[in-house]
Amino acid sequence: MTFSLLFDTMIAAFAVGAVAAMVLPLGALMRRLALTAAAIGSAAALALGVNVLRAGAIWTGRWDNLLQPLGGVSLRLDSLGAFFLVIVGFTGVPASLYAIGYLRHLDGHLRSRTTHAVFNMFLASMCLVPCADNVATFLFAWEMMALSSYLLVVSDPEQHDASSAGIWYAAMTHAGFLALLAAFVILAQGGSWEFSALHRAGATLTPAARGAVFLLMAAAFGSKAGLVPLHVWLPRAHPAAPSHASALMSAAMVNLGVYGLARVVFDLLPPGPPWWGGLLLAVGVITALTGVLYSVAETHLKRVLAYSTVENLGLVFIGLGFALLMRGYGYGPLASMGLVAALLHALNHAVFKNLLFLAAGSVVHGTHGASMEAFGGLIKRMPMTAVLSLVGALALAGLPPINGFPSEWLTFQLLVAGAQHTAPALAIVLPLALAGVALVAGLAAVSGVRLFGITFLALPRSPGARDAHESAGIMIAAMAIPAVTCVVLGVAPTLVIPQLSRIASDLGQPAGPLSEGLALSVPLVGSRLWPAVITLLMVGTGLAAAVAVRLAGRARSVRIDAAWNCGRIIQSPRSEYTAAAFAEPLKRVFTGFYRPRQEVTVDVHPASRYFVRAIRLRADLTPWMEQMLYEPLLRATQAASNRMRQIHSGSIHFYLALLPAALLALLLIARWIP
Amino acid sequence: MRAILFIAGQTLLLAVLAPAVIGYVRFVKARLQGRRGAGVCQPYRELRKTFGKGMVIAESASWIFRAAPFAVIGATIAAASLVPVVSASQPADRAGDLFVLAALLMLGTFFLALGGLDPGTAFGGMGSSREMTVAALTEPTLAIAVLTLALTTGSTSLGVIAGSVLGTPAYAVGPGHALAFAAFLIAMIAETGRLPVDNPSTHLELTMIHEAMILEYSGPYLALIEWAAGIRLTLLMTLAANLFVPWGMATSLAAPAVAAGLVAILVKLGVLGLFLAVLETRVAKLRLFRVPELLALSFTLALLAAASSFFTR
Amino acid sequence: MKLFRKIQRTGIVTEPLAAEGADAVTLAREIDRRARSLFGRALAIRQVDAGSCNGCETEIVGLTGPVYDMERFGLHFVASPRHADMLLVTGPVTRNMAVPLRMTYDATPDPKLVVAVGDCARDCGVFAGSYAVAGSVDSIIPVDAYVEGCPPEPTQILQGILIAIGRVDRAGVRRA
Repeated sequence: MTFSLLFDTMIAAFAVGAVAAMVLPLGALMRRLALTAAAIGSAAALALGVNVLRAGAIWTGRWDNLLQPLGGVSLRLDSLGAFFLVIVGFTGVPASLYAIGYLRHLDGHLRSRTTHAVFNMFLASMCLVPCADNVATFLFAWEMMALSSYLLVVSDPEQHDASSAGIWYAAMTHAGFLALLAAFVILAQGGSWEFSALHRAGATLTPAARGAVFLLMAAAFGSKAGLVPLHVWLPRAHPAAPSHASALMSAAMVNLGVYGLARVVFDLLPPGPPWWGGLLLAVGVITALTGVLYSVAETHLKRVLAYSTVENLGLVFIGLGFALLMRGYGYGPLASMGLVAALLHALNHAVFKNLLFLAAGSVVHGTHGASMEAFGGLIKRMPMTAVLSLVGALALAGLPPINGFPSEWLTFQLLVAGAQHTAPALAIVLPLALAGVALVAGLAAVSGVRLFGITFLALPRSPGARDAHESAGIMIAAMAIPAVTCVVLGVAPTLVIPQLSRIASDLGQPAGPLSEGLALSVPLVGSRLWPAVITLLMVGTGLAAAVAVRLAGRARSVRIDAAWNCGRIIQSPRSEYTAAAFAEPLKRVFTGFYRPRQEVTVDVHPASRYFVRAIRLRADLTPWMEQMLYEPLLRATQAASNRMRQIHSGSIHFYLALLPAALLALLLIARWIP
Repeated sequence: MRAILFIAGQTLLLAVLAPAVIGYVRFVKARLQGRRGAGVCQPYRELRKTFGKGMVIAESASWIFRAAPFAVIGATIAAASLVPVVSASQPADRAGDLFVLAALLMLGTFFLALGGLDPGTAFGGMGSSREMTVAALTEPTLAIAVLTLALTTGSTSLGVIAGSVLGTPAYAVGPGHALAFAAFLIAMIAETGRLPVDNPSTHLELTMIHEAMILEYSGPYLALIEWAAGIRLTLLMTLAANLFVPWGMATSLAAPAVAAGLVAILVKLGVLGLFLAVLETRVAKLRLFRVPELLALSFTLALLAAASSFFTR
Repeated sequence: MKLFRKIQRTGIVTEPLAAEGADAVTLAREIDRRARSLFGRALAIRQVDAGSCNGCETEIVGLTGPVYDMERFGLHFVASPRHADMLLVTGPVTRNMAVPLRMTYDATPDPKLVVAVGDCARDCGVFAGSYAVAGSVDSIIPVDAYVEGCPPEPTQILQGILIAIGRVDRAGVRRA
């Protein structure tokens, strides 16, 4: 199919889905039609991206009659855009199919109209962002994406913190929008708004202006991607949204932040000084550490996943920052390696985060609970979801043979290669970054064990978990798509390396050979990763051991009995380890970061204070980032708006006097602007 | 083909040698305690006995409990296949390097921790939580130790590192190498659960880290897990010996050189085992919340090693 | 360093196993052949204190020390009954420990052996008839060998264990 046909199919499918949601009568048919249309649109996006990547061609499109005063709609899909379009499409298909089963309970409600229509709008806007070729299209698609995701975040009335999450999200995304707008204004310098013109205009900027553009773009796109300290909306908004929307937000939308920044620094702006890369690298390390530390300590299931998104985006930005840093110092091959590692990790993360959020939705849907402290024993009640979640947890932990590992390995290699081959100025930065990434990798493994172990294993901790039910077939099938992809990408990561190398060379960073057959190889450090062989060895040994144990144990007795709990007579799920307990040693080690608070309330009998009736413990983490950085801002805004309120004095004469004063001021301004 | 046979042979050697290494350390400790002790081959007898025993499985356990021992032995054997035991010409370098080895060991720990959580006992959860914490905190040390070795030898592949130090003894001169060795030894002690991080023969559940996870296992499952723990110790000791003190290793796959390499590694394991036994006799177990301080010390040593490697390059 | 000098001065103090301890041992049943072949050279023991006064425990602890050194026979203590091949039970079984003792026995995988140590374990000893005592060990779980004494000496306990696994064949051992 030609590219234009695929693009038209994509847009048409989303339009059909949105219209069907608004027009058809409420019920199963409307849900199925709207969401199938969304799936078809995503599949078309996926096909478009894959075809553009494979053909190595560039697709362009123009509609001058849309958005005419702002310069018309101008579209261009090159290899970088196609890659992110593939990510969006590949995330959209399972999420849409999943939602067909997940949103069945909404069938008779009026809410379902907006939910399904907005979902299609969200997907459409996310597919448009990588295709945009001028500022108007880009910002239009960006804002539509923000608006539709906001509506999805606040769409579930059962979530009591959804509206507060929505406010944080809306405020931060629009602050980012303003930063983007300002950056584009500085970049364009009054000329054309097309990206190709911006590319030329970027070369004529002063270094100070270039730095300003970079910082504004980094702040805007970094906030969307969840970089610390602009990440605070992410752990609020992603858990509040329904799970299929959270999956899209965490897997696709945050990657569009990566896309935006990559487009700006590799395409629109000329190569910059090393401090750009150094800043991104440092922020990436801090983000990854913050994300993983909070994901280990949180007990709300989806918030654990949201913080894990922050962590993985930190790793992506480490790769990106490394690439910029190396480019700034003139080490071309290392820069391309960094870019490939960043893109590979973005892809891997999108796939496994999609899987994990859909699985979390399954768990929440089946148990009607949200906190890991209420789960347990779900592996017996929800066996398929458990198997799929195990794949996701292994990917989150970054362990072979699932796809979290190869991109992490590549990041390690490029940091070692950087430390070996570069200026002594980097002698401090790169080893510290390497240590940071290693700590993140270790803590991510803790998070993975905790996520899977506390949720699925042991005995149920609440009635909801005891009576949990497995998800519908279509939900399982939808989750199986990213699960299988996780395994495939983990065992054969070289399937996508040629495409990523082409993207790097299209952006001006020719990549050296990074793969030999099914093995990743980094000649600079003489290291290789051949996941297929390792997986074969592991699985082979495990199977051989299983067969040997089976064969040799015909006469062996195997009894099922109660678990050994030191002979205690009463057994109860209360004696199991909880999610908070699992993280306790780490909370003690990193107590300076977590700043835990504890509140103990003792209830005594009125007759005597030695007769204790109840003891309540409340343990909490201090959200010091919000307290230190955001609360002063919020307080200042509140104070300023209180000051402004004094204009509402109530006196008609004052209000009438304001009118000629405003007119005078406008005339003066108009007079003095040429 | 020859390469595959060689890799299989090295891995088998490590697997077969593992109980003997454990037995040797126990034997030396017994003698230092003034006892006769069981022979060096006692762990083989214990494994044989445990393989022959029946099993009791908790009714709250799921298939994870039954699959975990096989996952652990699979991951540990895969890690063992990457270790250069007798020769620096290591065909397994084509499959993975030191980072892959660390990740495979972490995979084994992952499944062991899941197996500890599965029956829903308090001690299982406690062991899993502590073991994952200690494993996570040793990762930065291992990464910086790899970096130090890569800075001097130009590669992260195990055989190449061993061969480089073998070929250029000047690499081993200097504070960087010794500091990295010390950091690696501390990380090894933490990863394998030896004193002062964890007492492998304790009976006090509240002091256990690794043992607490396997309290529920019996029969062949237990035997596989114990064997995997022995293989882990042996492979880390072999790594410590061959990366930092590689003299005696062969540089090719020729038979006489390999035989000499075999003798060399046995000698080195003997020395390291003696050191481990003497250390365990001398030191007391650290409180659990002191262990991060020890790991921070090893991390600092590794950072110093990396820094000094930079400056002596 | 003082520690190692002391170690060197003390040397190996393990005494050979005395044959006289065997007369305190009573075998309740024939040793299972499978158990004998499996446990001959390596045995994991889980000690259960079913309400004992700890006199027997004091003697049992001596077994792990340098003088009696049970490890040289391949015996070692384990923390979990799942790892155990033999339960070493002391004490008259008190009411509170009756169910835990039974649970410990059930938690041990087959094949398994039980050795009851001390007069209390055999027939409640000085605590017979007490309001807190549920019964002797063999009224709760099946016992394979008894070691008499209040408390029995470490040599006698060691003989009892070794006879129970068929490691030491004493023709003169009493059969119950």
